[in-house]
Amino acid sequence: MAKKKLEDIAINGDGAVAYAWKQIDPDVCAAYPITPQTIIVEDFSKFVANGEVKTEYVCVESEHSALTLCAASCSAGARTFTATASQGLAYMWEMLPITSSMRVPLVMAVANRAVSGPININNDHGDAMAARDTGWIQMFADNVQSSYDNAIMAPRIAEHPDVQLPIITNLDGFILTHAVERMTPVDTDDVKKFVGEFEPVCPLLDYKHPTSHGMLDGPDFYYAHKHQQVEAMDKALEVAEQVFKEFKKLTGREYHLVDEYRCEDAEYIAIILGSSYGTMQETVDRMRDAGIKVGAAMPHIYRPWPEKEIARIIKGKKAVAIFDKHVSLGAYGPLYPEVVAAATDLEEMPKMYNFIYGIGGADTSVSILKGAMESVIKGSADKINYVGMKL
Amino acid sequence: MAKIKIKDMPIGARVCSPGSSEAILTGDWRSYTPVVDKEKCINCLNCWMFCPDNSVIIKEGRLEGFKMSHCKGCGICAQICPKKAITMTEA
Repeated sequence: MAKKKLEDIAINGDGAVAYAWKQIDPDVCAAYPITPQTIIVEDFSKFVANGEVKTEYVCVESEHSALTLCAASCSAGARTFTATASQGLAYMWEMLPITSSMRVPLVMAVANRAVSGPININNDHGDAMAARDTGWIQMFADNVQSSYDNAIMAPRIAEHPDVQLPIITNLDGFILTHAVERMTPVDTDDVKKFVGEFEPVCPLLDYKHPTSHGMLDGPDFYYAHKHQQVEAMDKALEVAEQVFKEFKKLTGREYHLVDEYRCEDAEYIAIILGSSYGTMQETVDRMRDAGIKVGAAMPHIYRPWPEKEIARIIKGKKAVAIFDKHVSLGAYGPLYPEVVAAATDLEEMPKMYNFIYGIGGADTSVSILKGAMESVIKGSADKINYVGMKL
Repeated sequence: MAKIKIKDMPIGARVCSPGSSEAILTGDWRSYTPVVDKEKCINCLNCWMFCPDNSVIIKEGRLEGFKMSHCKGCGICAQICPKKAITMTEA
């Protein structure tokens, strides 16, 4: 356990991430402000200006430049952090797979926001889902506390010698980034000890052992290097579990590859990502009070996909509702087919329903989620359902 | 190519030993070959400065010829030559 227990503070999600970064004190940070992530880099640049951290803060002209600079500085051997959202992440896209293929373990906070167009600044998961296949590890947070905790755990997962992959810590735009919640911080010395020193692999600045990064591959080597990334992703699941265990020892706060709420004896399961996991827990409590056995689960790590845990949770259940804050237009929500794929290992597959919700910041209330779960129980739900649409 | 195992490959397509380009002969990509007319050449060495592959051979301050093991035939030397002393041939 931590030596010193700090008093709770009131802070918003962006402030909490910046606070964690201040405690970690990375070597380099380059970012471009974009709503709803701006407070992270705004707060952090204040820490730099006030000399509270030793970080070199680089002002760049765009997100594309930000990520390019970060990939290079991490390659050089510096612990490097950045943050973005929505259009900014979209503008980084070209560099996302390059960064992961270069195997630089940099940390990026993403304040999830709908991707234009139509122009919209509110929360959904369109930005994170568009980055899904780019080789980054992705963590999700359900409240301000876990946004802060993820920011502390992320470098440990990314920098592990068997992983060496960049990591995104997602937090829902406005709902978490701007809303003030009560949070228990970890003592700075404990954070520093937990995160440890950055030990880069073959850094460019090790001029006694010169290396070249970002090289060209023919088909054979390209395929083989991609397979190395697949193996690293598999390792990331083991490493994340270990980091969660150590974090629990330090703080008492418990995270899993898939967080669960009252799933054990449940007949119906809701799988949901981000801040709505909290709303779903309240929904579960109310339905349980009425004698209906429901449970909720949230993949805390979304990439790599923790399919074994998903399969274990939904095994033997009557039905599973999969909630997506994004829709792959012309197909399903992105979580749905992956949960179905995880269930193919089971002898008996539960009935599976997809609920699209909260698109472009559409309200997600207990009554909307409860209505969705009731339609699952009644069997009146369609395969894909669009809930919470006011028009 | 010798059998290479995936687990032995450096991660991130890194090259961990310097000077590896010596072993990769890029000269066989070439479709045009530079030829110098030494009568026209004034040994300004612009070709040597601009060659991206270090393929211009200089001896005692004078242009000697081209190192065909790595010349890709890009033609920058011919373009940059102020005396039009280098021509790209299909040889």
